[in-house]
Amino acid sequence: MSLIYPKESLSAYPAHLSPGYKSTVKRSPSKPLIIVPHTLSELSGPAFGHDAVQEGDNDLTKQGKGEPLGERIIVHGRVLDEDKRPVPDTLVEIWQANACGRYVHLVDQHPAPLDPNFTGAGRTITDKDGYYKFITVKPGAYPWGNHHNAWRPNHIHFSVFGESFLTRLVTQMYFPGDYLFPYDPIFNSVTDEKARARMISTFDLENTIPDWALCFRWDIVLRGREQTPLDTDEH
Amino acid sequence: MSEITPSQTVGPFFAYGLTPKGSNKWDPNGTYSWKETAGDNLITPDATGQKIRIEGRITDGDGVQINDAMLEIWQADSQGRYLHARGEAPRPNATFTGFGRSATDKEGIFSFDTIKPGTVAGPNGKPQAPHIVVCIFSRGMLRQVYTRLYFSDEAAANATDPILNLVPADRRGTLIAHKEAGTEPPRYRFDIRVQGDNETVFFDI
Repeated sequence: MSLIYPKESLSAYPAHLSPGYKSTVKRSPSKPLIIVPHTLSELSGPAFGHDAVQEGDNDLTKQGKGEPLGERIIVHGRVLDEDKRPVPDTLVEIWQANACGRYVHLVDQHPAPLDPNFTGAGRTITDKDGYYKFITVKPGAYPWGNHHNAWRPNHIHFSVFGESFLTRLVTQMYFPGDYLFPYDPIFNSVTDEKARARMISTFDLENTIPDWALCFRWDIVLRGREQTPLDTDEH
Repeated sequence: MSEITPSQTVGPFFAYGLTPKGSNKWDPNGTYSWKETAGDNLITPDATGQKIRIEGRITDGDGVQINDAMLEIWQADSQGRYLHARGEAPRPNATFTGFGRSATDKEGIFSFDTIKPGTVAGPNGKPQAPHIVVCIFSRGMLRQVYTRLYFSDEAAANATDPILNLVPADRRGTLIAHKEAGTEPPRYRFDIRVQGDNETVFFDI
């Protein structure tokens, strides 16, 4: 079985060229994309067994000798398709800056401290209800070179697979009420306000753990409608 | 209006999470501590078929190397079968996943060691020539772009491939990986130009 993937769903996406985000100017295709049918090559996609993930890979606060600095948070939610069906057993990977806004990546050399107890990478596999959960610290805002005095809002990078190579999604999860939203060309590359709102987590008081961690809830919705038989062996 | 979650750029700092161990990276001697989920070597002990190496360089609209891109590939095994969906019958080469990831190094070079895929079923029962689906992410790309890699030594199959035939003839060459003479295992060169002269064909899927 596979799903149908209407292209209209992609209307929520940013354009390839979004000049406010300067790096798109030379890194976006200039010729029209070629329309082709979805074949078995696109309707299939990588599957990851539960052995791709080890116990504790979803807890970013336990990767060092001690605890990382920063506000401890839980980030959880469900991976769903467009008809709100759960997407079970799918790989979710995250990476993020530390509480000071510094990434472990070699290229990030801005003057904020690294945390010896924080890498910022995590992964998990959704359960049968499409549910995922991470424990981490809230990432800091950080400066970048796009324009004078440019700062990225706090965010966690997410990479999700879904049922096929067409449902592949790399995106960023933001935090509610961020004062940097109006100034961020990456966030605002999504021009529809409701679509932008779908990138913002909600504060989840109910699942906050008293005396231990705040909680944010974020559901991820992937492409895909109507189940349809996939004739994999008919030539 | 669709309700899906919008795409955002992978940004410049994904390597320690997504490609921590690959052979193409900023620091040729270094790796990050995180283990990788999928890397640039897809060859498993039980994989049958022709072992090949794919190598290329990705450049921007000024012809400058993109040194912070990530490429993902998805392909069938040597018998033209995709590892897919839970619950489907096991297939030969059971541990060959067909999925790989490569970052680019400072020169914009990526590479994969894999198996040449077989012929795959296409629309209306027409076979598709051996090919690999390539998905590209980088800083400056707010959403991924998809292309395909075909093989220069499959000219007859390429000529009747239903997807290649939807591409204007003068642009088809951008999708052909060229076999380099005298390489063993065979090495195919596949350069990607994101924008401008001889721009690689990307698909609206």
